[in-house]
Amino acid sequence: MSTRLAGKGRLINKSRAVSFRFNGKNLSGFEGDTLASALLANDQMLMGRSFKYHRPRGVVGAGAEEPNALVNLGEGGQFEPNQRATTTEIFDGLTATSQNHWPSLEFDVGAINTAFSRFLPAGFYYKMFMYPRAFWKHVYEPFIRQSAGLGKAPKDRDTSTYEHYHAHVDVLVVGGGIAGLAAAQAAGERGARVLLIEQGNSWGGRAMVDTPTIDGIAAEEWVNNTIQALENMQNVDLRLRCMGAGVYDHGYVLAYERLTDHAPKDEGPRHRLWRVRAKQVVTATGAIERPLSFAGNDIPGVVLSAAVRDYAVNYGVSLGDRTVVVTNNDDAYRTAITLKQAGLDIPAIIDARPTAQGPLIDAARALDIRIEFGKGIAKVKGGKRVKSVGICAQAGEGAVLEEIECDCVAMSGGWSPVVHLWSHCGGKLVWDAEQVMFRPDHENPPLGADGAAFVATAGVANGHLFTAEVVADGWAAGRSAAKAAGHVKRGGQAPIGEDAEEGPISSVWLMPQGAKHALRSKAWLDFQNDVKVSDVQLAAREGFESVEHAKRYTTLGMATDQGKLSNINGLAILSQSLNDEIPNVGTTTFRPPYTPISMGAITGVARDALFQPIRKTPVSDWANANGADNEPVGQWRRPYAYVRGGETVHDAVNREVRNARENVGLLDASTLGKLVVKGPDAGKFLDLMYTNMMSTLPVGKCRYGLMCSENGFLMDDGVVVRMDDNTWLCHTTTGGAERIHAHMEDWLQCEWWDMQVYVANVTEQYAQIAVVGPKARKLLRKLGGDMDLSAEALPFMQWKAGKIGAFDARVFRISFSGELSYEVAVPAGQGAAFWDALLEAGEEYGVMPYGTEALHIMRAEKGFIMIGDETDGTVIPQDLNLQWALSKKKEDYIGKRAHTRSHMADPNRWKLVGLETLDGSVLPDGAYAIADGTNDNGQGNTQGRVTSTYYSPTLDKGIAMGLVHKGPDRMGEVIEFNKVDGTTIAAKIVDPVFYDKEGEKQDV
Amino acid sequence: MLILHCPYCGVDADETDLHAGGQAHLKREGPGSSDEDFEDYLFLRANPKGVHFERWRHVYGCGKWFHAARCTATLQVFGTYPAQTLEPPQDIKDKIADARPGWSWGDKE
Repeated sequence: MSTRLAGKGRLINKSRAVSFRFNGKNLSGFEGDTLASALLANDQMLMGRSFKYHRPRGVVGAGAEEPNALVNLGEGGQFEPNQRATTTEIFDGLTATSQNHWPSLEFDVGAINTAFSRFLPAGFYYKMFMYPRAFWKHVYEPFIRQSAGLGKAPKDRDTSTYEHYHAHVDVLVVGGGIAGLAAAQAAGERGARVLLIEQGNSWGGRAMVDTPTIDGIAAEEWVNNTIQALENMQNVDLRLRCMGAGVYDHGYVLAYERLTDHAPKDEGPRHRLWRVRAKQVVTATGAIERPLSFAGNDIPGVVLSAAVRDYAVNYGVSLGDRTVVVTNNDDAYRTAITLKQAGLDIPAIIDARPTAQGPLIDAARALDIRIEFGKGIAKVKGGKRVKSVGICAQAGEGAVLEEIECDCVAMSGGWSPVVHLWSHCGGKLVWDAEQVMFRPDHENPPLGADGAAFVATAGVANGHLFTAEVVADGWAAGRSAAKAAGHVKRGGQAPIGEDAEEGPISSVWLMPQGAKHALRSKAWLDFQNDVKVSDVQLAAREGFESVEHAKRYTTLGMATDQGKLSNINGLAILSQSLNDEIPNVGTTTFRPPYTPISMGAITGVARDALFQPIRKTPVSDWANANGADNEPVGQWRRPYAYVRGGETVHDAVNREVRNARENVGLLDASTLGKLVVKGPDAGKFLDLMYTNMMSTLPVGKCRYGLMCSENGFLMDDGVVVRMDDNTWLCHTTTGGAERIHAHMEDWLQCEWWDMQVYVANVTEQYAQIAVVGPKARKLLRKLGGDMDLSAEALPFMQWKAGKIGAFDARVFRISFSGELSYEVAVPAGQGAAFWDALLEAGEEYGVMPYGTEALHIMRAEKGFIMIGDETDGTVIPQDLNLQWALSKKKEDYIGKRAHTRSHMADPNRWKLVGLETLDGSVLPDGAYAIADGTNDNGQGNTQGRVTSTYYSPTLDKGIAMGLVHKGPDRMGEVIEFNKVDGTTIAAKIVDPVFYDKEGEKQDV
Repeated sequence: MLILHCPYCGVDADETDLHAGGQAHLKREGPGSSDEDFEDYLFLRANPKGVHFERWRHVYGCGKWFHAARCTATLQVFGTYPAQTLEPPQDIKDKIADARPGWSWGDKE
């Protein structure tokens, strides 16, 4: 059984008990425990089920690499799935449940899959779910959905808060082991601005467990001294529980700090995402131990050797009473020695190497530990817990020579440097055959903006496994990084480390070497996704020879741990299957983040009101207090209608339309884009920007203009106003102001930079209110002022500046409704007061504000197009019968050349028409006009589509506009439009102007 | 995330402060141009693995468009320069030629 040892545990505080719940059971651990160590102390080895076969799973590691011990953590608004028990610090009241089983962890119906595992090989999904096609939707999809996903999705809204933090440093050191500390010290002493981050909650890394000597003192003491020294440096910042998540272009690094996961009652954000710009990055990220591939290596109780040691030393937890150690290197002997010295039984060390010598082997011998060289494990026996191991010759095929009873197997297949951060931004790797590992290739580092390396690795992550090299390498990396960042101060001295000498590792990818299929199909590579040696071999046989293909075919390394334990073992098996060298097969791509980070941290404070800024007009506050039913238009919120008590939104819209047509309405048009274009060449410039001629527009007049993109498509429209000789005011659509401003700047700066023109976006400087309806003139006159607003003094399509009442006004006689209309712009600061004055003065004329839906209906009744309804980025002015706005006099304008392309001049284009249903009903929005026959994909042919469709309260019937094949030539023809229920509706092609065809009402 | 130096305001700007505008030094083809030239101008873009000239706008800064000479493979930036020019300045061309033997402006991309 797994249990707590007496008197041990470097990181725990035995005087402070912590209570928590796992699968509904109340359990107890100590302050400093991880969830994994606390569960093990309670003899809870079984922590989850694997993804595919629902095999029982216990911990295999003790850190970030853990693939098995994943739990649902917390409840309600604090719930989070797939949390690694090995990196979760316990606190009073923690609740966790295990995942991927039903009805219980101990008894899981899904485990039946394991019995059928020979029918669920690599690529099962691809092979099984192909035929028959009719099964796709109703048989296979429900099955896949049922079995997809690990853990549960949270149901409640996250109650925690998160934040982002920006930092600019000279040297970022990732990893707080002895290499990282030496690097931070060297860089700090040189005067560089240093940030040192460590994903765990304590400094020193593995050295704290393995206790080498540094500068003549125990590693623990050296670490404490160094931390003290670093904390005293003004230019060095240290952060624990802060993981280097990803390294990106030009020294951009994301780090993930877990602030209150271990103490959820503390104030402040739960996670912090650090957005670091570092001149130099040193990754001192250590290494991850590799499992060995032997049959039954996934049975709970088979654990990585160093993890077994970590649990004993750090948490005072033994994983079993009798531990068999199996290895291909010297390091695992440390585990055997540690356990033996703690009073536990080590029946044998199974060493796959023919022989080995050195102080660690001698020390094991001195403790009377039995060592078997040249042997391997043929098979582990046990179900939910290891019962025994069968020993065989490593060189053989797996004949069991001896069975040894045990309840724990500590395995070590060597070490893989954590090269993830090095690789994220392009750092390459070399295969080190002697040490059996991929390590960073210093010839091919990630490059910065200056073409020089900006990432260095140090210590174990750099392929140096021994303390002397680790600290020297860390110190040198820190010193070089500081120098590269411009800090050349001399001084300081590299630390000197020493530890036990170790003999060479031998590469062991399969145990035993000649294992038959029965054993290979039980030798796990990826514990979470259930990928075995036999699966990778099958993938290779079926032609998935590229490591990236083999990965996706087998799902090797695609679990939440991203193959931290499985990738190297898997590609070694693949390379053997292909009879190729490991470096030729290569690794899959390392992608950020290093371990999963929370969505909350990515979001930071950008949620709710802070998700994006909401733009308000001077009238918005009034509107929101007076029934505005808002709709989003870009970052604006525009009133769709102003709903009164007892009304539906639809009622309100109809009332607003009728009132504007019969009395007078007010529209808050402040959101319309307003660009001032000014300068000696402004007219010439606008002639290029617009399809119409704008340079000839007389001062005091207004002209409706169209803007096309260079490939001829209509991109914006609006009224252009000539203010004075050198100044034009260009109105854009609400959504277009920033885009059109940028468009003008682009052409002005990059193509016609010789032109003397300024463009300024003054959209928010003015409140603009459309006073619309037969009584509009009466209303404005009542306000007084110094302007003559008569039809003679201010005719249609002209403008004037002056006073309306006490307000400084620009009055434009433009109409988007077909009614008598004055659009009045006042400085934004006067906008709210002007709106109030209009409402008050207009009471006797029945004034009412109207919203965007009434605006849309009135413009549709008039056949006016709307950018985004009648246009979609593929529509040209000619499609909308706007040829009149395309100047023939101008030599050039943006889009002119494109309009001569053959497809643009094609007479078969869909063109704008009005549409009226025969029964007066409203056509469905976006409906397609159906045509005879089918296309090459077997879909029905179409001959047009609805672009705008409304109920017209003015005409009391449905009206619509649409683009129809040769539409204007087919007036009076009836065509059928589809409906979502599969039926069709007949509509007649008519003139798109439904109301006041002669335009008499607006020009009075 | 790239950092590019704005040659107008002198700021070393994060990519999030910039707006990418595609290939630089295109020659505009207007009315009267052949279909081939117009197609080339409108649609055909270089996509080199190596030295590339790009348009960028310092949109959350001074608002100016500038050009960057950059290696798309290594992300090395050889220099940035104002957009009001038909070809890169000589010092940038020299710097690229030094770093990438065999490269010359005439070959473009």
